[in-house]
Amino acid sequence: MFHRESGYYKTTYKADMALFRLPIGKVAVGAIAVIFFIICPMIFDEYYLSIINIAAIAVIGALGLNILLGYTGQISIGHAAFMSVGAYTAANMAVSFGWPFWLTVPAGGCMAALIGTIVGMPSLRVKGLYLAIATLAAQFIIEWVLNHTPAISGGIQASIEMPRPVFFGRTLETQAELYFFILPVCVLAIVATLNLVRSRIGRAFIAIRDQDIAAEIIGINVYRYKLLAFAISSFYAGVCGVMYTYYFGIANYEAFQLPISIDYLAMCIIGGLGSVLGSIFGAVFVTLLPIAIRIFMENVGVFFVDGVYLAQVIAQMRLILFGGLIILFLVVEPDGLNKLWQNIRNYFRIWPFSY
Amino acid sequence: MRHMKMGLLAVSALAAATFQASTASAGEIVVGMQCDRTGPTQTVGTFLCPGYHDYVKLVNSRGGIGGHTVRVLEIDHEYKVPPGMEAYQRFKKEGAVVVAIYGTPHTQALTPLLHEDKIPGTSPGFGTAAAANGTKYPYLFPIAATYWSQGAAAVAFAKTKLGGVLKGKKIAFIYYDNPAGREPLPILHKLAKMEDFELKEFAIPPPGVEMKVQVQDIARRYRADFVINHTFGKAPSVSINEFTRNGYPLNKMVGFVWAAGESNIMGAGGWDKAQGYYVMQFAGAGSDYKVLDDIKALYKSEGKSAPKEMESTVYYNRGLMAAAVHLKAIENAVKAKGGSHKISGADVKSGFESISDFTLGGILPPMKITPEDHEGGGWVRIFEVKGQGFVPVTDWMHGYRDTVMQMVKDH
Repeated sequence: MFHRESGYYKTTYKADMALFRLPIGKVAVGAIAVIFFIICPMIFDEYYLSIINIAAIAVIGALGLNILLGYTGQISIGHAAFMSVGAYTAANMAVSFGWPFWLTVPAGGCMAALIGTIVGMPSLRVKGLYLAIATLAAQFIIEWVLNHTPAISGGIQASIEMPRPVFFGRTLETQAELYFFILPVCVLAIVATLNLVRSRIGRAFIAIRDQDIAAEIIGINVYRYKLLAFAISSFYAGVCGVMYTYYFGIANYEAFQLPISIDYLAMCIIGGLGSVLGSIFGAVFVTLLPIAIRIFMENVGVFFVDGVYLAQVIAQMRLILFGGLIILFLVVEPDGLNKLWQNIRNYFRIWPFSY
Repeated sequence: MRHMKMGLLAVSALAAATFQASTASAGEIVVGMQCDRTGPTQTVGTFLCPGYHDYVKLVNSRGGIGGHTVRVLEIDHEYKVPPGMEAYQRFKKEGAVVVAIYGTPHTQALTPLLHEDKIPGTSPGFGTAAAANGTKYPYLFPIAATYWSQGAAAVAFAKTKLGGVLKGKKIAFIYYDNPAGREPLPILHKLAKMEDFELKEFAIPPPGVEMKVQVQDIARRYRADFVINHTFGKAPSVSINEFTRNGYPLNKMVGFVWAAGESNIMGAGGWDKAQGYYVMQFAGAGSDYKVLDDIKALYKSEGKSAPKEMESTVYYNRGLMAAAVHLKAIENAVKAKGGSHKISGADVKSGFESISDFTLGGILPPMKITPEDHEGGGWVRIFEVKGQGFVPVTDWMHGYRDTVMQMVKDH
């Protein structure tokens, strides 16, 4: 059966921890895999694939921040800075030593994890808004260091040209090729997060988020797990930065400034804190909504506004609609898009016999 | 549940619209244009982009290019790189033959793509100075003075202002502390060695609204003979006020091209506060050009008043200049193809490289773009704030051209 109408009955720990709680889960995941790996590349042209690429990279970063923010309850406003750490590490490795992507991607992640652990140290003593300011400082310090250290950032322009990724002798250039490079990394990040949060580590994170003193009393080493959360989150950020660098062909800290950190915070909050699906929804929503609004306006706006002024109206309306829709969605469902999706599912579960 | 249905409806409407993006039709030439009307540099984009549109509108009203109309596809990217990438892919999908890039990080990210896709892109007044090298960057066209050319011209101007000799003089370089701000440093250091003057750098940390210490240092302690001001955004306005407050004469200072707009002067408190301030322009400032009158006449014939963006002449004229150079390149390409509108990016590239003596009544410099020199000569013109506007004090000029070109080549 698709689902059990009277609810979930979990009688074993194994059932409680299962990735697929119902058989339909496997079918759904299989279907999504077919859609993204076979149907999408077949029906979409380069332009739509490029949008999916950008969204998929954002998903990696949003997952990382959600592990820290949503699962462990530690705030970070320096997420974009960790991306730049990953980006410059990978670019330096690729340019100086000719490392291939399967080395630069983990290297960028590890370096970001290292820096992230150092930045996470204040979390051992401060929480909430205080921690936010400490990580904000990290954002500025990392930016400053990259800006003023030619040895890392490659000269006066603080940017390093990144060679295209090479896969078995084939240089990945077109959007379709990059799609098959980015999507598997994104899938890996999703699967890793799903497994992380149902493991011992994930449960420790959640315990710390819900009540850190209680977590300490039941024997969780709070300091260790807080730093681990920072390390894992920064690793994801680093990988996200490396993917951006491969995608843009350049490592430049100006692409990873404070507004980007805020964007990622927004993705997590809009998508839903403490949920993997929410991170994906949030990243896709924040990336695609401005594009969708613009294309919508281009098609509809011509009926209302005259030629030359249309561009100005589109640019401004996009901001207004973007902000408005975010508020609307959060008012409709404060727990984010993930909860909204749950509500839709629950509604159709008993449809048409709602009570 | 009602809310949810509404939400679903909105999402599906958006999704439906997404898939209805129009494609290029016959007899039409598409140009892609990135713009920043809503991001950190909106003070520029708000005026620059209408200038571009209006010139294209003017050309279209006169029958287009060889009978073909030009369609501008503008995408606002808020000065963020991922939307800039998306914008470029959209331009490519719609068959754009030339792309107006906006922003230094965007230029860097798009450079390899332009080369792969064979679509020429332009980066007037930003991007890397080394891009002037057409042999190394065949599809990137700065089409206006790069930061190196601006630096060289500033030194040349300082030389004339300081009586023809720079030996032993003290020049202060005050700059916004980011990659674009530091870009002119190599050329300035090189010229300092060549001309034997003393150069001191003063960095303004972002966001560039606090520079009391640096300005005091320049005016009171270092006592610079001349100041080169390379700041962006709100910083130029603040610098004008700070220098005045410290009693440093504004006529011993020249501002780079992004410290040179009407909005910068207004931000400092109006024309009266900035009398004597020298600025550098790569397109003519002011409204005393025939092409601007033509645009006004065009609006009048439609029964509308001229757009208010035209009052900010500096940035508006720069947008117009970019459009003029693009359309000239397209015109050359169409001519080379015997009048067909089916031109490729490579044709437009050759079109760019055959532009010479195209000044549009003095609003453009006497540029000459060649396959080697994609900068077109690195021309600038120095204007002075006098009365209620900018008054030119030099003709179109460039400084130490050989030195700049040698550096571009060696880079």
